[in-house]
Amino acid sequence: MSEATAARRGLREVTGPSALGGGWRRFFSLLWLMAVTEFRRIYFGTVLGYVWSLIRPLLFFAVLLFVFTQIIRIGSDVPNYPVLLLLGIVLFQFFSETTQEAVTSVVGQEAVVRKTQFPRLVIPLAVVLTGAFNSGLNLIVVLVFVLAWGVDPTWTWLLFPLALLALVTFTTAMAMLLSALYVRFRDVAIIWSVLATVLFYATPILYPIEVVPEKFRNIILLNPLAPIFEQIRVWVIDPSAPTAVDAAGGFVGLLPAIAIFLGVCFLGAWVFRREAPRIAEEL
Amino acid sequence: METPPAIEVRDLHKSFRIPVHRVDSFKERMVRPFAARDYRELRALDGVSFEIHQGEFFGIVGRNGSGKSTLLKLLASIYRADAGRIRMAGRLAPFIELGVGFNVELTARENILLNGVMMGLTPGETRERLDSVLEFAELEEFADLKLKNYSSGMLVRLAFSTMMETDADILLIDEVLAVGDAAFQQKCADAFREMKAAGKTIVLVTHQMATVEEYCHRAMLIEDGHILQLGDPEEVGREYLRLNFLAERGGGEEVAASAEGVRLLGVWLEDEGGERAAGVGHGEPLRLRAEIELTREASGIAIGFTVENGDGVTVFQLGKGIGRPEGGRDLHEGERVRIAAEVENPLAPGRYYVHCGVQQDESKGDISLYEPKALDFVVFGSGHQAGVLQPEHEIGVTIEAAKSR
Repeated sequence: MSEATAARRGLREVTGPSALGGGWRRFFSLLWLMAVTEFRRIYFGTVLGYVWSLIRPLLFFAVLLFVFTQIIRIGSDVPNYPVLLLLGIVLFQFFSETTQEAVTSVVGQEAVVRKTQFPRLVIPLAVVLTGAFNSGLNLIVVLVFVLAWGVDPTWTWLLFPLALLALVTFTTAMAMLLSALYVRFRDVAIIWSVLATVLFYATPILYPIEVVPEKFRNIILLNPLAPIFEQIRVWVIDPSAPTAVDAAGGFVGLLPAIAIFLGVCFLGAWVFRREAPRIAEEL
Repeated sequence: METPPAIEVRDLHKSFRIPVHRVDSFKERMVRPFAARDYRELRALDGVSFEIHQGEFFGIVGRNGSGKSTLLKLLASIYRADAGRIRMAGRLAPFIELGVGFNVELTARENILLNGVMMGLTPGETRERLDSVLEFAELEEFADLKLKNYSSGMLVRLAFSTMMETDADILLIDEVLAVGDAAFQQKCADAFREMKAAGKTIVLVTHQMATVEEYCHRAMLIEDGHILQLGDPEEVGREYLRLNFLAERGGGEEVAASAEGVRLLGVWLEDEGGERAAGVGHGEPLRLRAEIELTREASGIAIGFTVENGDGVTVFQLGKGIGRPEGGRDLHEGERVRIAAEVENPLAPGRYYVHCGVQQDESKGDISLYEPKALDFVVFGSGHQAGVLQPEHEIGVTIEAAKSR
């Protein structure tokens, strides 16, 4: 039977490994399966399962909330500061943990990469997807907090997925870029863990954007995450807060951030595509 | 067999760039921006063309670094070729080693699912086959156990049955028969016979000539990125052995065994040129050499060799006494004795072992040093008649005319 099917298909060109390799259906099945099994492994594998992944941001949140409302009173004047801080932490944690996990992901799957024909792109994307599942659950908890705190739902909540989409896109691009670079340059992991910390402070999470002195605001707004987080604040928590455009003093002020955002997306896709066929040789 | 081709390879080239100094961090790249510009180009494959027919069991052999694994990885789409093209008909199993896609943190069930999808099945199709995979591997009770808790035997069984169940048309296998215990190897062998009977196309890369000769319809010998020979597995296997043992100059490792009074420095084989050899052609004389050092005074010693074939049958023994009992002088501490034996060689092709014994003061008769398998060598050559020896011979035939009555 197999001979008959083979003969019917005829000879086809073998093009070698690539980022997508082996058809879209297989690509998405693998991506989904990898992300789901990894998610299950992490959250159903331990006794307390999901609780652990929630405790971390909550603890971090509690500490920061104490410091920034009781000691350094930066948050006391900001409306709904606690829920704003919590939402910011959960979303940023998605970005930082996913990218840091992604850095070593391709190298970590060395056996698979070197000995099977596996679509390389699935590996970092599965990390992003697993992170998204986890953060999705955390966001439900955050939603409960937000409602309990007394924030009134507005129609702009419907725009929240748009901001999420931007965040996930940026995270994915970063994951692709970092995982491909790490194959060649092993200090990427260290560099990125430092950069991720810098980005945390360069994103208006601990502080509202309006307290940043004018001359530094443009620097903060080079960070593509800054306008995304600011816009989330306006849409979800505090409609009276300055929008990203306001904070940048007009749309033109946002252009550098948009350029960097698109640049990272392009670079991530380009580097990964270029490196994918040779990853097995570099390892 | 003249079935249509399943794999067609045309003029395939692949080389690797090996940096002289590997720069693997940004820091280094900053410090020495031009370091990676110096690299050595290693030509793994240099213009390889061949065809494998559907339903064929095809063996690829070659020495380490000959390019055979690179070829397999190109076929499996793990590497990308520099030039040339590969065409295939039918579905290819994307593994080249057993169980390589397994994640030990996951259960057997999850791993089978993942592997099935990797093979190009849908998750639904894989789920349908799950039970039969577990059944073939005899692991139904352990379906939800994480693989890290599996024994290695269980792991291999699972890997093998997963591969069997994926129903690919073309299988690429790298040294697969080397894994597992004897019982499992037997199971592999049976499965191979089944696959062969089912008309699957199988490409096997191996070092084991016995496997090639037993299963393969055709075989190919690769050396330095070129095809050296393609055709009958037995001939290819023989050529491979010749290549291997002729090239293995300086073979016959130093033995350096010592005992009370003597030290055996080495036992080796030489070729005509007086260089160390690891093999000898059938019919060519064996040039057996040994060196001994005395670590104390002795009136005499004797050295003996026992040559045994691969089946453990002693083929012959030879020995020699040295020193005063033989009419020579006493031997002193630190003196080295070299032995050179020229032996007529009617040995049948195969592997042989030389055990070496040194006996001190022949009168006492107790062996003071015995080194089993001090040397192993190969007799390569054609002819595969039964028997331990293949003596040179001539057979004369005379036919007398019938006597008229």
